Amino acid sequence: MHDPHTADMKRRDFLVSSGAAVAATMVPLSASASAQPAATDAGPAPHQVSFTINGQQEALVLDTRTTLLDALREHLQLTGTKKGCDHGQCGACTVLVNGRRINSCLSLAVMHEGDSVTTIEGLGTPQSLHPLQAAFIKHDGYQCGYCTPGQICSAVAVLAEVKAGVPSHVTADLDAPVRLTAGELRERMSGNLCRCGAYSNIVDAITEVAGSAA
Amino acid sequence: MRAFTYERAQSIAGAALAGCRPGAKFIAGGTNLLDLMKLDIETPSHLIDVNGLGLDRIEATPDGGLHVGALVRNADLASDTRVRRDYALLSRALLAGASGQLRNKATTAGNLLQRTRCPYFYDTNLPCNKRQPGSGCAAIGGFSRNHAVLGASDACIATHPSDMAVAMRALDATVTTMRADGAGRRIPIADFYTLPGNTPQRETVIEPGELITGVTLPKPVGGIHIYQKVRDRASYAFALVSVGAIVQADGSGRIALGGVAARPWRIEAAEAAMPQGAQAVTALLMAGARTTPDNAYKITLVGRTIKAVLDQARKETA
Repeated sequence: MHDPHTADMKRRDFLVSSGAAVAATMVPLSASASAQPAATDAGPAPHQVSFTINGQQEALVLDTRTTLLDALREHLQLTGTKKGCDHGQCGACTVLVNGRRINSCLSLAVMHEGDSVTTIEGLGTPQSLHPLQAAFIKHDGYQCGYCTPGQICSAVAVLAEVKAGVPSHVTADLDAPVRLTAGELRERMSGNLCRCGAYSNIVDAITEVAGSAA
Repeated sequence: MRAFTYERAQSIAGAALAGCRPGAKFIAGGTNLLDLMKLDIETPSHLIDVNGLGLDRIEATPDGGLHVGALVRNADLASDTRVRRDYALLSRALLAGASGQLRNKATTAGNLLQRTRCPYFYDTNLPCNKRQPGSGCAAIGGFSRNHAVLGASDACIATHPSDMAVAMRALDATVTTMRADGAGRRIPIADFYTLPGNTPQRETVIEPGELITGVTLPKPVGGIHIYQKVRDRASYAFALVSVGAIVQADGSGRIALGGVAARPWRIEAAEAAMPQGAQAVTALLMAGARTTPDNAYKITLVGRTIKAVLDQARKETA
């Protein structure tokens, strides 16, 4: 697999450097419009944190404001996890922390001391896809692909939650075993938006993997 | 986001003491607080991480109830087998809220303390008495379709967004806290939320530094438990109105409403009318309602939702 730490010029690097060039021409505007801390602000507060990301131990010193999402993308170059709304409304930033899915945009990196985080990069590789990654490709579960890493991380957790007997809003009987219907999947995946509208294919992809795992 | 210092609390007493510092705030799941910090609506200078305090257990109480630790995640509370069996209303309300990702992070205490989703509270370019006391209310005279019809004031017409709190209110839960002086409080959920009046910035009776340690549920009352949430989409949206009900075989029971006020709305006296049907209960519950042209529909919607809930309860009892 592509090593993110030693990667050559990537599309993202190009966008970052070309963005900087644009910003340089707009210094007066960006200086006045930037959300610089107010005078009462204490200034950045660095804090150390250690966690395991996709099986690899990482130790970082981060501004306390850094979200887990920004730590992954900006400090560890794991750009598979996407920033959509950055407010917990779209699910593009979904990762697994100690096996549970969360919105990494609404979690401070320094609050994950000792945690084990799995991102889309840790689920499979281009040579050895996770069954859900393969199923999303087979069923065309995306168009632009931006929400896909979050959809797949979320789906991995959904299957585990169903296996553990966690009920949902549409589960008719709270005491009976959960039956994984399309309605259940749609409810459980509602925290992951897809603006291309690939939902029905996403349901097909997850259903296939759920069926083969059962 | 403004810069802040960060500490991991080592003890409940230490957290309560640290919480008294000006600008300090507790953080648990962070799903609402961080959202508001990104928007400069909450601007703490110091965060106290309370996740390590061991308040993440659900334990039986001597009188047959349950004590839910403040840090029990919404997902874990909803799927606890005792809660599913004896307090199904609570499971149902939790599962009707947010998304799987958010429920994995959001905590019991954080859910109670979450702020309104009034769009004018969120828009820092517009006046909001809750965000900036004395600045005015842009929701009054604005687009007020989602706003309160009960208990509102000329200063604020925001609603409380929690589904869980509606269930807690119907279940007669008690909030337990610890203060910096080492004295704890037991606050009945009926007394926990304040109405806006002239001080909409104040939403609960919790004092600075006071840490919620948990919520106690009294022993189960049986009955049919139903949480009916009406919203603009089938999932992952806040309530326009919601009805949490416990209905006994004889038609008596309890009803609390969400989406209509700055707190879960329950009037015990109205419940005496439950055997007479939805219309009688609704009239008593909604007495004194003040609506705008945008949100007047909530009166009708509450009545119809209560009817649907009581019909369903009758069907399940039969």
